[in-house]
Amino acid sequence: MELALATRTVGEHTVLEVGGEVDVYTAPRLRERLLELIDGGARRVVVDLGRVDFLDSTGLGVLVGALKRLRSAGGSFALVCDKEPLLKIFRITALDQVFPLHPTVDAAISADPTAPGA
Amino acid sequence: MATVRLSFSPAPVHVRTARLVGVAVARRAGVREDLLDEVRLAIGEACTRAVALHHQYGLADPVLVEMSDSGAYSVRVVDRAPIEAGLGLAALNADELANEALTDEALTTGVGFALLAGFVEDLQVRPVAEGVGTEVRMVWPVGR
Repeated sequence: MELALATRTVGEHTVLEVGGEVDVYTAPRLRERLLELIDGGARRVVVDLGRVDFLDSTGLGVLVGALKRLRSAGGSFALVCDKEPLLKIFRITALDQVFPLHPTVDAAISADPTAPGA
Repeated sequence: MATVRLSFSPAPVHVRTARLVGVAVARRAGVREDLLDEVRLAIGEACTRAVALHHQYGLADPVLVEMSDSGAYSVRVVDRAPIEAGLGLAALNADELANEALTDEALTTGVGFALLAGFVEDLQVRPVAEGVGTEVRMVWPVGR
């Protein structure tokens, strides 16, 4: 399945829902969308990987790029993922120690240390 | 002797094709169902690495993928880049991954290698026997 991207707003957070395959061919589109969101002023970004069925090193590289960009802008970045095959990818690469990973969008938003009221 | 041989021009769009073929041949060879996700990811990473190297060195030569099912399921992914580039692989730890100074390319390369090493028990990266280039050789057991 091709890459699918959809954006919605939940309070102060921008949620980017990603579906399909994120690989060396499709990852540039994910990078562009994240840059558009950040350049457009989004500072609290949650990427929901719930419908992703393939994720490779290029896709992971794009996610790390967004994390660094948002952190240096004083924002926050979190991932939503509850599929074991994808979680294993994060563990094997040690990226589970780099990204805040949450099972649901609600959990990601309520755990955001930069959110108002947190 | 390879069961299936695939060569593709070094463009990202073809990596998905290589993954699909690699998994189809693995299934046919009798690789266990629960290993197929790892086969798919590893073949993808090896091909992505080869495409990146060809791009880096401006090489139009095709990337070669050979799949063989004699005894076990083995996959060779062959690039034509200079050896010193191909063998410089290392996984990164969490501090290195989060380092601001790390380039996107270095990060992706490090993560790609971590995935290969993490998902393939029997993995070799070595110079090709003839000419310039490296081969990534991966072997998975065939369950009966």
